[in-house]
Amino acid sequence: MYSPQIVVEALLNGLMLGAIYALIALGLTLIYGVLHIVNFAHGALLTVAMFMVWLVCARYGLDPYLAILVVAPLMFALGYGLQRFIIGPASHGKDNGILLVTLGLSIIIENALLAAFQSDTRTITTDYSFRVVELGPLLLSFPRVVGFGVTIATTILLWLVLHQTDIGKAIRAVAKEKLGASLVGISVPHVYAMTFAIGCACLAVAAGLLMPSFYVSPKTGAAFVLVAFTIVVLGGMGSIPGALIGGLLIGVVEAASSLFLGDSLGQIGIFLIFIVTLLVRPTGLFGARA
Amino acid sequence: MTRISKSMSRRTVLKSGVALTSMLAAPGLLRAEPAPVKVGLLQPISGAFALDGDLAKIGAEFAIKEINDAGGIKALGGAKLELVVGDSRSNAEAGAQATEELQSAGVAAVLGGFASGIALTATQTAARYDLPFVVDCAVADTITERGLKNTFRFNPNFSMATAVALKNLVKLNDDAGKPIKTVAIVHEDGLFGSGLAKIMQEKLPPLGFQIVETIAHPTPARDMTNVVLRLRALNPDLIVPSHYFNEFVLMARTLQQQRVRPKGIYAVFGGAASSYRFVNEFPEAAQGVMDCNHWGDPKSPITAKLRETVTAAGKFYAYNTPINYSLVKVFAQAVEKAGSADRAKIIEALAANEFDSGIMPYGKTKFDAKGQNASALPLNTQVQGKDIKVIYPAEYAEAKPVFPING
Amino acid sequence: MTKPRLATLAIIVAALAVIAFAGLSGALLNLMIFMMIIALAAQGWNILGGYAGLSSFGHAAFFGAGAYAMAVLQTRFGVNAWIALVIGIALGALVGAFIGFLSFRSGLKGSYFALITLAFAEVARILANSWNFTGGAAGILLKLQTGLPYLQFADRRYFLLITIGCVAIGLVVSWWLEHSRFGAYLVALRENEQAAQALGVDVFAVKMKAIAISGALTAAAGCLYAQNYLFIDANVAFGSWISIEALFAAIVGGSGTVLGPLIGAIVLLGLGELTKGLSGGIPGMDLLVFGIILVLSVAFSPNGLVMLMKSLGLRAPAKAKEA
Repeated sequence: MYSPQIVVEALLNGLMLGAIYALIALGLTLIYGVLHIVNFAHGALLTVAMFMVWLVCARYGLDPYLAILVVAPLMFALGYGLQRFIIGPASHGKDNGILLVTLGLSIIIENALLAAFQSDTRTITTDYSFRVVELGPLLLSFPRVVGFGVTIATTILLWLVLHQTDIGKAIRAVAKEKLGASLVGISVPHVYAMTFAIGCACLAVAAGLLMPSFYVSPKTGAAFVLVAFTIVVLGGMGSIPGALIGGLLIGVVEAASSLFLGDSLGQIGIFLIFIVTLLVRPTGLFGARA
Repeated sequence: MTRISKSMSRRTVLKSGVALTSMLAAPGLLRAEPAPVKVGLLQPISGAFALDGDLAKIGAEFAIKEINDAGGIKALGGAKLELVVGDSRSNAEAGAQATEELQSAGVAAVLGGFASGIALTATQTAARYDLPFVVDCAVADTITERGLKNTFRFNPNFSMATAVALKNLVKLNDDAGKPIKTVAIVHEDGLFGSGLAKIMQEKLPPLGFQIVETIAHPTPARDMTNVVLRLRALNPDLIVPSHYFNEFVLMARTLQQQRVRPKGIYAVFGGAASSYRFVNEFPEAAQGVMDCNHWGDPKSPITAKLRETVTAAGKFYAYNTPINYSLVKVFAQAVEKAGSADRAKIIEALAANEFDSGIMPYGKTKFDAKGQNASALPLNTQVQGKDIKVIYPAEYAEAKPVFPING
Repeated sequence: MTKPRLATLAIIVAALAVIAFAGLSGALLNLMIFMMIIALAAQGWNILGGYAGLSSFGHAAFFGAGAYAMAVLQTRFGVNAWIALVIGIALGALVGAFIGFLSFRSGLKGSYFALITLAFAEVARILANSWNFTGGAAGILLKLQTGLPYLQFADRRYFLLITIGCVAIGLVVSWWLEHSRFGAYLVALRENEQAAQALGVDVFAVKMKAIAISGALTAAAGCLYAQNYLFIDANVAFGSWISIEALFAAIVGGSGTVLGPLIGAIVLLGLGELTKGLSGGIPGMDLLVFGIILVLSVAFSPNGLVMLMKSLGLRAPAKAKEA
């Protein structure tokens, strides 16, 4: 039905878009793996990061990619503060509490953004927004190619942080054995907050990668939340490589199903994968056995 | 121009006439302030459509001030209009709830609605109280097809708008020597986009256009690359998009990036092609995009004033402002004609009379048996340079269409 | 824990009925109807999420099943509204059984169960949006025709009474759970599934029953919604908003309690209306305040308002220590 060129281009585009999904899912899966909570404020926090990138670019004329260097520390601090001083204490460690607090936070964030920026759509146009990388006859979006590369780099960096640094080791220790970790003197609330902070910093990177070709409005993050959940489940909750592979896979599946089923019905493909994964192999592709 | 000045002079005559009679009849009444007439405005002040609600409110407020400054409702001894705003929060239940609140506040009628889902439930809520409801730009045909006596619609519905859009498309194509043979429809999968696509699919082939593809996508869309890749493969002469602002932005940007250059983009109720924000931020992608949409008379001096007001508030002008301005004007005339703020009488007056259409290009507004304004019609606009120009019909046109756009 | 007596429930229901006829304005009547619909949806959520400890994020699947059954049966097949209501409720139970069968067989619980329900609701939403049978994206309009056989009333107090009646049934079902062996099984598997299984509880069967009852109650809420607003589309019926409202109301009120969902729904929606006035013309300000109060209420009454009231009432002197 379609020429092979179009199919290849669509799949490559799906792969690259999937990388950005993966980056969003990375924070979510890390938080799940350590805190064992499903963070419903993740989408809203992505929106915050995107607005920050927009502000930095629109106000100070910074390049969106460079803006990541400014926004990532800010998001890191925001994430730390949120978990340490709001989500942790307010939820009393209960699942229902966490659920309500993160949902409540997403309402607060979304509406605070609405109050501050109104429901306007904001975009950044850079001189490379419309640029393409020509690969033979294929036209690949330049921002997408950059996004793909940065995602891979970020994933490797995150893996190194978790495996080579003290805080990384503490995070993994808490994820595996919370009680034991606290007995050897690790401050669990601090580690929780650090994990949350790293998850939010990942969102800053994703925001910087998205903004040259996407838009932001107070509800933008919601569009990415469900797909991020799917990736987390597919890859295995808590698994970093799982999130990356899951993200790329979902991107490709989405591209293929939207090419052949249409964009609307194509969304069903994602959810069916989600359901089948949960039913057949709830631990996901890379998840540890429960 | 002539139309406006004529109606103005008539109003002036009316004004002095009423003033004279009331002075002669009851000089004492002049000092007593007549009770204000409350008019409800149902708009999405918060939620996803907050921006539209905001623009609508500016228009309505402008009209209220104008009417009150000119002496209020003459037939009620100069009663002032008082605007009561109900926030539909961009969803249907809240729209129904806000309508109930407007009812409790004692409004004489409700104007607005904005989105079809909201308007459908809100008009039904108002129907329980025989509360007149004049819908603005909610376009689903069904709104006026349920036999609700209280429900009127000022703007054109789907069928009317697409009929005009198609007629003008044929003319556009014929005038340019029929460059367009193939068409691709891209639409969002909600009530608005799907409804439009369905009509287009039925009506375009008999007019000699071949539909090569109809592509639906969800709102919000995360990506338009797949849509655009399909368009690139099919290479249609014309793209007919119907979706909201964000998706249009994504599509237009991706089209530009993927070097897809159709001979024309012809939107029907396209959110972005009638948006100054879009023109301002994406001048290149917006160039030559045509739209068939609600649009105020560009030649009316009030249009310029409304634009100034909106721009002064730091917002981008859109059709919501002139529509709601005109809606209030129509309501005021209905109250004049009814000679009362009584709901039943207002419904009667709305059904029976013709009204000046404010600054909407409808000539005389006349609601048909179902409550639809039979004179309503959309205008064709095109982004030309840094501005949005009306290109059809001739009596409102500011510029000639530039078509086809890519050679 | 909190086990209100039947008499208490009767008094509460009677009080609601009295309020319904206390000359409320249309706006308040409408708000109360909406509160009852949300309360009912939350009661359904509470059976599964509260008592059985299986939190669902996808109760929209049941709500939508009820709403669509109600709308499709009446508009397409001319089925009487009351019969449509019964079928809608049954369909909710059936959808519950379907989702339950698949997920419980795979032993899903916790976040996994929550996410799979979310996915099912989304699939239902996408299908309803693109299928002509369900009206596609245009949704379905029900005809405004008042009278007992149509389950629509010129005087909305009667419709409110019917919603209160449904909520009363929900209360009785919850009350029965707390006093029955079945309810004890549910709580047992919430607290420790292995132990319950070891004691000979047929865990799968118990869960299946719970999700069917839960689905039926929430579907009833969907039926009433369709009948009250007379317009539904896929985003209204299967949208995540109702999943969130249902779990919000139940948890804020007190999950796993008889009165929690009702109290939660009244407080949350009441709060939503009150904060509306606080917006000061700034869009989003009201929901911002709403969100802050929500987080604060979770922070200061982690077990729900029912428990908070109880501890305030019973141990007033010890309040300082508690805080």
